[in-house]
Formats: sequence, C-alpha cells, structure tokens
Amino acid sequence: MGDGTGDSTGKMLRRVGGDTPLLEVRHVTKRFGSFTANDGVSLKIMPGEIHALLGENGAGKSTLVKIIYGSLQPNSGAILWKGQPVTVGSPAEARSLGVGMVFQHFSLFEALTVAENIALALPNCRATAELAETIARVSTNYGLPLDPKAHIADLSVGERQRVEIVRCLLQNPELIIMDEPTSVLTPQEADQLFVTLRRLAEEGCAILYISHRLEEVRALCHHATIMRRAKVVAETDPANETVNTLAQLMVGNEISRVTREKGKLGPEAILLKGLTQISQEAFGVSLQNVNLSVRAGEIVAIAGIAGNGQKELFDALSGEEPLDKEDMVIFAGEAAGLMDINERRLLGAAFVPEERLGHGAVPALKLSENVVLTRHGTGEGIARRGFTRFGKAGRIVETVTSLFDVRKGVVDPEARSLSGGNLQKFVVGREVERTPRILIVAQPTWGVDAGAAAVIRQSLIDLSRKGAAILVISQDLDEIFEIADRIAVMSRGYLSKAEDADTLTPEKVGLLMAGGAEKKGAAAA
Amino acid sequence: MMRLELVKRTQKSRLMSVLSPVIAVALTVVFAGIIFAAQGHSPLTGIWYFFLEPITSLWGVEQLITKATPLVIIALGLSVCYLSNNWNIGAEGQLTIGAIAGSILPILFPDFVSPVVLPLMLLMAMAGGALFALIPAKLKTIFGTNEILTSLMLVYCSNLFLDWMVRGPWRSPQGYNFPITIDFHEWAVLNAVDVGGIYINLSAPIALLLVIVLAVVMRSTLKGFEIRVLGQSPRAGSFAGFSNRRMTAFAFALSGALAGLAGMMVVMSEIGKLQPVISPGYGFTAIIVAFLGRLNPVGILIAGLVIASSYLGGEAIQTSLQMSSKLATVIQGVLLFFVLAADTLILYKVRLVTAREGEGAHA
Amino acid sequence: MLEAIILTIITAATPLLLAAIGELVVEKSGVLNLGVEGMMVMGAVAGFAVTISTGSPLLGIVGGAIAGMLVSLIFAFVTLTLVANQVASGLALTLFGLGLSGLMGESFVGQPGIKLQSLDVPGLTSLPFVGKILFGQDILVYLSFAAVFAVSWFLNRTRAGLILRAVGDNHTSAHALGYSVIGVRYLAVIFGGAMAGLGGAYLSVAYTPLWVENMTAGRGWIALALVVFASWMPWRAAIGAYLFGAVTVLQFHAQALGLGFPSQFLAMLPYLATVIVLVAISGNRRATLFNTPASLGKSFVPDR
Repeated sequence: MGDGTGDSTGKMLRRVGGDTPLLEVRHVTKRFGSFTANDGVSLKIMPGEIHALLGENGAGKSTLVKIIYGSLQPNSGAILWKGQPVTVGSPAEARSLGVGMVFQHFSLFEALTVAENIALALPNCRATAELAETIARVSTNYGLPLDPKAHIADLSVGERQRVEIVRCLLQNPELIIMDEPTSVLTPQEADQLFVTLRRLAEEGCAILYISHRLEEVRALCHHATIMRRAKVVAETDPANETVNTLAQLMVGNEISRVTREKGKLGPEAILLKGLTQISQEAFGVSLQNVNLSVRAGEIVAIAGIAGNGQKELFDALSGEEPLDKEDMVIFAGEAAGLMDINERRLLGAAFVPEERLGHGAVPALKLSENVVLTRHGTGEGIARRGFTRFGKAGRIVETVTSLFDVRKGVVDPEARSLSGGNLQKFVVGREVERTPRILIVAQPTWGVDAGAAAVIRQSLIDLSRKGAAILVISQDLDEIFEIADRIAVMSRGYLSKAEDADTLTPEKVGLLMAGGAEKKGAAAA
Repeated sequence: MMRLELVKRTQKSRLMSVLSPVIAVALTVVFAGIIFAAQGHSPLTGIWYFFLEPITSLWGVEQLITKATPLVIIALGLSVCYLSNNWNIGAEGQLTIGAIAGSILPILFPDFVSPVVLPLMLLMAMAGGALFALIPAKLKTIFGTNEILTSLMLVYCSNLFLDWMVRGPWRSPQGYNFPITIDFHEWAVLNAVDVGGIYINLSAPIALLLVIVLAVVMRSTLKGFEIRVLGQSPRAGSFAGFSNRRMTAFAFALSGALAGLAGMMVVMSEIGKLQPVISPGYGFTAIIVAFLGRLNPVGILIAGLVIASSYLGGEAIQTSLQMSSKLATVIQGVLLFFVLAADTLILYKVRLVTAREGEGAHA
Repeated sequence: MLEAIILTIITAATPLLLAAIGELVVEKSGVLNLGVEGMMVMGAVAGFAVTISTGSPLLGIVGGAIAGMLVSLIFAFVTLTLVANQVASGLALTLFGLGLSGLMGESFVGQPGIKLQSLDVPGLTSLPFVGKILFGQDILVYLSFAAVFAVSWFLNRTRAGLILRAVGDNHTSAHALGYSVIGVRYLAVIFGGAMAGLGGAYLSVAYTPLWVENMTAGRGWIALALVVFASWMPWRAAIGAYLFGAVTVLQFHAQALGLGFPSQFLAMLPYLATVIVLVAISGNRRATLFNTPASLGKSFVPDR
C-alpha cells in the first residue's frame, strides 16, 4: 500500500511522551435497554501513542468512543484524564479537555461553509476572516489544504474528511479519535493520512485509531486493544503480530475463509453498451459511455470510492432510472434499457441495493412483506390477480432464514429489528433464493460483521458457480479481491476495462480509483 | 431535574396500537370534565350530556349516522392519501367542486327527470372532485410544489366559485333574489327510509360498503401494499416497481372523488339545491376523523361516529347546560392532540429520568 | 389615492410578515409548524380580550404574543418531546386554535375594541405623502421590519444563529457535536408562536379593533407559503408579504371600480397568486435544494 507501510518492524515506531497514561478507561459498561454495547471495558492510551481499537462491526468500538467523547454516558465505570478522574458530560467538555474526534460518518453541515463548519466545533467562535486565515494556514501546513469559503456540499469525500481533521487540529488536541478513517479513501489518500498522523504523534498528540483494517493497523499503530462482543479480549503490539493472528484475536473462533475456484464460463448474460446517462440531480454524476460484459459463471467487481457514479449505475441497471436507448443494457440477450424493474426481474435479473433500510427493505414492514416487495412481479404467484399472498411470502422467509442463518427474535419481525448483518443476509438471501440468472449487488457487506460477511460472499460465489452472472459494486478492496474474477474501476462516471483479478494488485486498482479510470475509460470508448 | 426519555421499541407494540386511541379518548373525557367543572357544572353531568345523551334517543342515533356518513366517506379517501405520504388538506374544496359538478344535471336540465339521474349525479360529482384534486397532485409531481398549501388555497377558490355560481349564473329565478339555485327534482334527492325506527338514506350503506372495500384493499391487495410502501419508503417503493408519481395522482383522485361523492350526497339529502354554504367544514373535520381512526378503515368508521357524537354533544350542552357549543370544536382539537401524543407509545417506551442517569448534552 | 393604497398595503402585509418571520426561524431549525393559523387566531382573540379588560392596546398585543407562545408550546411538546408527526400535529394545532379562539371570543363578538395608537412625530408625520407612510404607523409595523433586520442579523452573524442553521441542516451532526437539538427547536418554536401571536393581535387590535370568529381568514396559511417563497431568507419574506398585501388590496379596489369581473374571482386572486408563486419557486430545483433546511419536518430522537 504505497511507501512506508510494508515492513513495520524496520520502522522505529517510538513514542513521544511521559509515563502517566493520557487517557484511561476503567471497567466502563454501557447498556441500551437489554442490549449491552460495552461490558467492563478498560483501555490505556499513553501520550504521543497511536493506539488502535480493533474489532469487527458490532463489537462496541463506536459506543466506547462516543463515551470517551462525551456523546454518551456510561452506566458504570470511570474515565481518567492524565491520572485524574473526570466526567465527560458532553462533546464540548471533551473538547475542552483536549479530546478531538473525526467521525466515521462525518458530522458536517452540507449547506454551510468550511469555516462555519469548523466554527461550530470551536467554543465561542464565529466564522470570521481571522478564522478563515487560520484554517487556510493550518490546513496547508499539515498537507490537507482547504478553502474556508467552500460549501461542504461541493466537496469530495476526501476533502470532507480534511475538514473534520482540521476542525480537530484547531483545538490543539492532545488526543484525536479517528473512527474508520480510511474506509472512504483511496490507498494513496490513506498513505497521505498516515503521514499526517505520524507527524501529529511525533508532536506529542495521541491518536485512538479505530479500524478493522489489519494491514493498516500493523503499519501505523504502536499498540492495539482488541474488542469482541462488547468486551476487551486482547491487547498487543501490532508490530509483533501478523495479519492472521490479529484476525484470529478479532474474530475468535475460525470464521470459514471464503473458497473460490475458477468457474466454468457460460454465455454472456450482462452487456453494457455505450451506457451514457446525463444526471439530472444537483450533485449527481453522469455516466460516460460505460462498456462491460459479464458472462454466466463469473463475478465481475466494480471498485471505486462512493460518489463516482456507482449509485447512478445501479439505478440504470435496475431500471429505477430510465435510459435513452434500449440496447444500452442487455440482459440475457434482451435489450432491457427501457424496461422497468419488474420486467427486468422477469428476464431473470435480481438486485441488492446499497442501502438495506429504506431502499432494499422497508424498515417498519415485516420480513414477509419485504419479500413481497421484490418478488410480487416475478411470476411466482406472490401476488395473484391483485391479491397478495403473505402466506407464500412467509414460507420464503423461512427458507431464506435457514439457508442464510438469519437470526431474528420472532418468526416474522419488522425489518428494522434485525441487526445490520442479519438484515443484509436476508436482503441478499431474498434474491439469491430465486437462483436468478443475473445478480447485481452494491456494497454487499457494508457495516456487516465478519461472520455474516463470509456467509454473504460465499453465497455470491456459489451462485455464480451455479451459472449466474454477478456484478458486484464495492468500496472494499479486500472483499473485491476475495470474490471477483475480473475487476473494473469506476471513476467520475467512467468505467475502466475489466481485467482479470489475478493480474491486478490493490495499488494498481488504487491508481485507477484516483483518476486513471477516466483516461482508460475514455480511451476504451 | 426530571426529563422525559424515549426508548425506541424494536417492533411496533400491538397492544399500544389498540390501546392508544382508547387512551386518547379517555384523556379527552377527563379534559372535558375539567372544563365542565371550571364552568361550574358537575363534570359527570357535563360528560353525560356531551358524550352519552345524544345517542340515547332514536333521533340522536339518526343524527349521529347523518353526520358521521360524510365524515367517514371523506376520511377513507384521506387515509389513502396520508398513508402514501400525500397530504391532501383540500378535501373541503374537492367536496364543493364535486357537488357543483354533480348538480349540473338537475340545474341545467331540470326537465330530465329519470331514475338514471341519481347515479349519474353521483358519478359526475366523483369525477368533478377527482379532477379538482388532480390539480395539487400534478403540481406536486411535475413541479415539486408542496401539496398542503396548494390544496388548501384551492379550498378558498372553490368556496368563492360556489358563491359566484349561486349568486350569478345558477341563481334561481324563483328565489326572490336569494343566493340559491332551483330546487332539485325528485330523482335528484336522496330520500330517507325508515329502518327500524330511524330514518337513513342511501349514503349510509354506501359509506359502509366503502369501509369494507377499503379494508379489503388495504389488507389483502397489492394496491394496498403499494400505498403503504410508498408512504413509508419511496425508494423501496420504486425498488419494488411502484411509481410515486402515479400513486400521488391516484391518491388525490380517489380522495377527491370520495369528497365529491360525500358533498353531493349531503346536498341531495339535506339541502336539495345549491347554496353558498353546503358543508359545515366536513372536509376539515374528516382530517381529524382520519387520524383518530389511525388511518384504518374500521377505525375511521368508529372515529366518524365519535366525532359526529361530539357535534351532537356540543348542541346538547348548549341546550341543557347553556354552555357554548363551540366547546365541541375545542374538544375535537384536544382529542387529535391526545391521539398524536398517545401514538408515541406505539413506537417508543416512555421513561422519566433524572438528569444524572441520562446525559446532559447542551449547547 | 396612491397614498391610501400604500397605507392599506402596509396594513395587509404586516400580520403576514410578522407570522412569516416567526415561521421562517422555526423552519430554519428544521421544524415544520403548520399551526400558524391556529397560533395567529389565538393571538387575535387574546389580544382583543386583554385590550378590553386592561384598556391598553399595548398590553393587548403582549397578551397576543403570550397566547401564541403558549399554544406553540403544546405543539413543541407533542412533536419534539413525544416525536409525533409534525404535519398532523400542526393541523391539530390549527384546529385546536380555531376552536378555542371561537370559544373564548364568543362573549366578545360585536364589542368595539380599542385601536392601537399610531405614531405621531411632530413635523415628520405631517409630511406630504411619506409622512404617514413612514412615520405614522403603529408599533407593530415598525416591529415587523425590526424583526426582519434582527432575524437576518441573528441567523447570519451570530453564533447562536449559526447553531440554529446547523440544527436545521443536519440534526444528527449537530447532536454529535454536542448541541441540544431539542432545546434549540423548542426556542425556535416558541419564538414562532410569539410572532404569530403578534400577527394575530395586529388584526384585532390595530387593523380593525374588533373580534370576529376565524378573523385570520387563512392568513396563517399564506404566511406558510410566504416562507417557501422567501426561500427562508428574511428580506425575501418581507418582499413576499408586501407583494401579497398588494395583490389583496388591489383586488378590493378592482372590485370597487366595478371592472366587470365578478367580485368572487377577484377575491380568488390572492390565493391563486400564492399557488402560482409556489409553483414558480419549486421549479428551481438547485436553489430549493440549497436553501431548504435539510432536516425540515424530520423527527429527531437522540440516542442516549
């Protein structure tokens, strides 16, 4: 992943600072109703230390960090700052102690300017010319240049993260909490971030780095605390571990690795020919002459940072956004560009969108009703002569539940009562159970725990080996390299030529993500 | 300091779905009792006269049905709108235009006296109401204009239009210059029939039929499913192949048609001609009925009867206790607030917490 | 003649402007309060009642503001603390306000009120043409413009205003940063209630000092439309209020002139104008996207 990250034992990750822990968390417990998010968690961060907080989705990392930042209060336990017990009653109090936080889901305000966004995080501050000057100076100084007058809505994801970081820096923090910072960055942008973080650590600022990316943690962090299911299960020096031992500590019992053998390729099932669509949305991305072919039996992945046209591409493929010409999208030999989503389903296509609550499923409706949602128009008899047959849908819920090990409290719960991983298993399973000829899925394991992620990825591979053509849109390079036969990259609405996964590396893909794809895509046109 | 805290439930509480309207009514009764006491009357006497006395006589029941019928019909249409997230506030205007449209036959063709006029009038009223309702619908789907404001503005326009019609082109030459039209002929009115001591007309069974039809549609048909999905998650709806635009048009047209139908039947049964004021605000009161009935057809039937009884109650306390009948409108408003407040219990558990146990996020 | 028309335009526009500025602040914080009509009419009846009982129109308008604030508190409790649907709750507030005001005002119908005094600056007020228009208005007219200034300055130049705008833009982010979303919204709603109450009190104390049931006659709804027209910008709200006032007044004069149009159609003009304006505004997608407070109408429950 770029320079300086490969062999960590060679690099001197020496800490600056004294011996009293900067921050100590002692036996903190937090419950939400009957659900325990943190169970007797203890943690120590030394000054100038880059400390990783590792754990898979749902382990309790975000909750712990919100407690440290004052957004939540623990039910029991203590927090000590520089050896003294403190109560962090609010984020403002955390900030005045010297704790800054860069959120995973940015806490930014779209319609306000960079300066206004930053002013809101500083005590007694307004967006003055003086502040603007400070922002410009500090941001450039740390290699994260920003224009104070720009509106957040016009910034890219990487630029937005810079606002979050600079917002922190301006408060002279002694501890910065970073929550999954690289999930939205290209590998090259992540490297630039590491340079900044190392510099901060050398200047004496401690960093609490939350991640589930083991390579990064090994490369960057002095020390790691590992959480699993609301408890701390281990503490270690990442430099002394391998990715595998870290994964073992994180996940516990062996999660079956996903197995993939080369499949037998059938006829072409998905063909995108010169797919062009001008976006009508204010902040949308236009699709530029996208060409792609997917054969039965293979999985093709489209890599890329969110916001480069993936959403538009998915909507063009599903039929939710109509196209100009019918032959821009060809499913199983039929020109589908002008067909609506159910007509495409009748051709044998199935879809799993990025957002499971609100798009893939209706949160307040039961699972059986959510089955009717996508399968009433597939000719299976879920809806007959205008009447809905919820009994039949209920039986499908049971089949999907057993095939995908969906954990639900009651027989037919509301979609929103399921955990992220279980709901995603249901949403994917609902489509896979149909054994469609074509499956188009976006962000299949976003925010999903490792166990569910493995189940989902294996199901995709198994489905393709049964003869389906699968198109996966994902931001997760690890996932892509795990399941894809061929990989293409989406950047600013252009799609690069899909190449064999064996010939690609994360670096090469990263370069395409950062802008190579437009040139390749335009050239391939 | 104590604070109210909401904890979201993982599932809707079935118990609360049934209990919440009951709680709301109970709280309203208590509130009414307090008002009566404050005015110097015994609370129980006031409650008796307001809530119960009106339905103790046959005439009272008759009035109850008469007043509830248009409320139920209009509220059924509004429930389809609100469930699909289309906020039609203009039912009063759709009622008016529907009544005007349906009155074309008896007013412009007074010699066309035939049994077929009655159903024709109803159909034309429905068409008129539906078309008028499509105006805010189209403005919403084509321009994205807020339908609450547009549908409401059109109410004022439709009332003024009716006023002009009955004072101008449609004014009866035999009316001594009163702003009324000619009287409708025998096939243009709804006659009451004696059913076990009470007199009801065709509108009541029509209302009942509509309740049953809508209940079946909402529970068991794909259309009912579509309405619910689009109202809750428009994106999931288009993922299912449903069209938000077409639903807006459908919901508005349906509720406009039902409002027109209700308006026409009120004119045909109570008035027998057109005049400047044909509805005591049924289109607005139906909004309360829709929410009180929790947007559910059977609930709306019950809610319609409850609200109708509150009108009668207002008259009863005026006659018997010399209190203002306007108290009825106040009680209706309070009832709606209690319904909305009690509905919170369905999705959330409510807890009183002390400041320390919770947290103190402050600006 | 022109002077007379302008004077009537001012009286037509002022209640609208007062209510609209209040609702603008409320919506900027992310809350949609459709109960403006109910709050205004409560302000009207309370203003009249207090004026008659105390003999002071000034106390009357204060009473109107307080009445507006009290009923807005009901709305705030139901939608912010109990997280009920804002649209339904706003409608409930309107119906409740209309009913309660009708009840309270029953004994006042037909009674003559006391008119709020207009300014009379020696020398200035007697100037030809501009005298009365600029220097002969009552305090609420001047207050309405002061409110436009103050709200504009508050929203754009103060930290508190910045916080309010942030809450309306993204309540999740505001909460994550530690701001009390519910607290800010309560304050905004109460302010909106006070302004709507003042707007209503203007009708019964300054405009025509008497009480008539439902005397707001839909002005609260017009004020809501004006907020959209203004794209949530205070000065545009003023322009909108005066444009609307002009249309209302001009149609009266057109009726009086006997131009041949039926009076009812002329009377429809203000409402049709509102519809047209709403359509024109919503057509501009990008501007709407940018100016509409992104969390408008959405419920907020903080996770604890």
